[in-house]
Amino acid sequence: MISTIFADLHLLGPMGRGFVLLALLFASVGFGAGLAGGFLKNAEATRIARWCAIAFAATSILANLVMVGALVTDDFSVGYVAEVGSIATPLYFKIPSLWASLSGSILFWAGVLGIYVGLYARKARPAHAETQPWTLAALLGTAVFFTALVSSVADPFHSVYPVPLDGPGPNPLLQNHWLMAIHPPMLYLGYVGMSVPFSMAIGSLCAGRLEAGWLAPLRRWLLVPWVFLTVGIMLGGWWSYGVLGWGGYWAWDPVENASFHPWLTATAAIHSAMVTERKGLLKTWTLVLIITSFLLTLFGTFLTRSGVFNSVHSFTQSDIGPVFLVAIGVIFTGTVVLLALRDHKLKTGRGFAKQVGNMKLLSRETAILAQNLLFTVFTATVLLGTIFPLLAEAVNGDKLSVGAPYFDRVALPIGIMLVTLMGVGPALPWGEMNPRRALRRFVGPIVGGALVALAAALAGFTGPESLLAMFVCGFALVSNVGEYATPVMARMRVKKERLDVAARRAFVRGRRRFGGHLAHLGIIIAVMAIALSKGYRTTVDLTLREGETAQVEGYDITFTGADLIQLEYMESLTANFAVTRNGRDLGIYSPAMNFYPRQREPIGSPAVRSTPAEDLYLSLVQVQPDGDWAAVRVLVMPAVWWLWACLPVFVLSIVVILWPAKKRKTAAELMEKAA
Amino acid sequence: MSDSEKVRVGIAGPIILVVCVALVGGALWFLQSGMGGLSENLVYYMSPTQLIELGDDSAEATVRLGGQVEVGTVDFDVDENMLTFVVTDGVEEVTVTCAGAPPQMFREGIGVVVEGQLQADGVFHTDRVIVKHSNEYRAPEEGERASDVYQTLVMEES
Repeated sequence: MISTIFADLHLLGPMGRGFVLLALLFASVGFGAGLAGGFLKNAEATRIARWCAIAFAATSILANLVMVGALVTDDFSVGYVAEVGSIATPLYFKIPSLWASLSGSILFWAGVLGIYVGLYARKARPAHAETQPWTLAALLGTAVFFTALVSSVADPFHSVYPVPLDGPGPNPLLQNHWLMAIHPPMLYLGYVGMSVPFSMAIGSLCAGRLEAGWLAPLRRWLLVPWVFLTVGIMLGGWWSYGVLGWGGYWAWDPVENASFHPWLTATAAIHSAMVTERKGLLKTWTLVLIITSFLLTLFGTFLTRSGVFNSVHSFTQSDIGPVFLVAIGVIFTGTVVLLALRDHKLKTGRGFAKQVGNMKLLSRETAILAQNLLFTVFTATVLLGTIFPLLAEAVNGDKLSVGAPYFDRVALPIGIMLVTLMGVGPALPWGEMNPRRALRRFVGPIVGGALVALAAALAGFTGPESLLAMFVCGFALVSNVGEYATPVMARMRVKKERLDVAARRAFVRGRRRFGGHLAHLGIIIAVMAIALSKGYRTTVDLTLREGETAQVEGYDITFTGADLIQLEYMESLTANFAVTRNGRDLGIYSPAMNFYPRQREPIGSPAVRSTPAEDLYLSLVQVQPDGDWAAVRVLVMPAVWWLWACLPVFVLSIVVILWPAKKRKTAAELMEKAA
Repeated sequence: MSDSEKVRVGIAGPIILVVCVALVGGALWFLQSGMGGLSENLVYYMSPTQLIELGDDSAEATVRLGGQVEVGTVDFDVDENMLTFVVTDGVEEVTVTCAGAPPQMFREGIGVVVEGQLQADGVFHTDRVIVKHSNEYRAPEEGERASDVYQTLVMEES
């Protein structure tokens, strides 16, 4: 009832704009208060900044809720709803419409930033009193930028008059798959979350508090967006596989790469932060990685939202591109100056060469250093390939694109080396290891790698590249599992504990390490799935008349006819294929073309039979409405299933790492009570 | 980690430095070879006129040819699964063959981009036909079905 009154009075637009302006106000005041608190070391100003941060969180989230309300109630007086809404759109696609177009997605960005800012403001410990005002200022500065966008060039609440009776509905790509309800928010939580470790790094730099201990909380705040980014990227691949119909999950498309760059630098930062935490080394380097990760998320937003690339993600041309470039330039310059000013505090008494020169070859810090170098090279090469077409067009007007083979060629050797290091690093102690002990330590993993490679060869995957990939994956797998098994076995031997007791206690004692091993495990499974599914795929284009059968890789595929299914918001033209293998009936698979009134291009909807062993993928190329013949692309590829199966492993790894420990929680509560 | 702590560089130190330098050197070499890979994997966009101007230079190189599907030249052999058509920019014409059916949107007069190579016989072989079109929203007319609207596509102005 109330909702219809709101819709009739068209109050949601002004309400939403009100919340946006309040959010901008709180962010600006909080930004100023944070700076004042930092410069004047004034606790009262810091308190105001914290209060403003929470107020910003509340208002930016409320603005998002108002927009969701407008979308759900079809209030076409709100500009954004008139742009992406439609009465016929089902409710479960109306809510995801929030990120269906440019201005809504920037509003959503501000809302997600609100969640993070609120969490930080609530969690910020008194122990970090000196860095806190600066961190709040950096966070709220980012908030000012995004809320300013939402209230100017990307204003989703502008009013439309006369009010249209209906709208075109959201981008059909958004309506075609349930993953569109999860993939974008995950990616946003990953992208936007990078602003917290960035702001904490800026806070530490500004306050000059760069002693041991400052990095531990920062690393925890880095892990949260990292896992969202990982899951978001993988869900994007899954969506691409399930909708785009080319049978792949990663095309090295500029927009995909845009999310991959910050993932690479953030992964490097998580590891180098461990070296800083344990050994006090690589401080500047860790800070540079964290700041770069944040800048790359902004750069990624620029690439995807400015329309410089044509892709499924780019919306129509907008004025937002230059604004982002200026912001990136300002932050880049600012942080370079800041790092230069704090140079003396960052020095550990020795230069980089001496720091590194003092490391031992067989030590975890050396392994992480090598890993960091590889990640940096990886980032640089992918970034180069991504922006090369832009540079070429700007310099001599050539229109070109960089083919996927370039990226594949780079990714294969770097990937192999990184997975190897993933097995080497965790097995080495901090400091130094006796070479003979190290050799003994690696016998198991090497045997494990050989066994995995042998199993792959017996299963028919005999290419040298895939055998090498299987070997290093097996090596890393056994090494990481061994790292967990060793303390369990030691407890059983020395303390005479039962297996389950020893396993539980070893887990509780080394939870963070165990979480790290789990994340490694997820990556190893993913790499194996990618290596096999990329290396061993069969693609066949078939054109079948009704009743005709063709054989592909042991599957008998028969075209049995076409149907036109009419729904309220779209029509679906499906072709039905009966699939059997060795005489066993596997059922009917119906890839479809979906037609949306808004878009004249049909959206494919492939049909996939997914099993742990292999996927059968049917993607419709063309079908005659009279059902006379259908053209279908058939792909058979192994192991794709495992790529989606490792998603829960990543989630679990972070839950394990971040689950609050009982003791620490009570200590924090005591401190809060005392304060 | 105090400054006064005596820095003792053992034998391993220089080794790691050498390894580090080797890694960075290797990385640079790799980036270099990656660059080589980059120039090999560049795919240029061309019009029929530009492609024919290049002549033999374009043979075997992968390019994206853009133009309009000439009316009356489309032939799809269902049994052979072979598509043939002519792409034109109003000046020059290039015959294109594709092993496989055309995409649903494909029809005469529409703008297309095809990725492939110009063969020695002057025929352009492709395995990828992308239809270019303006995707501006147009409300369906009375009684018009969504699955028919795509047939009214207009060519993208470029």
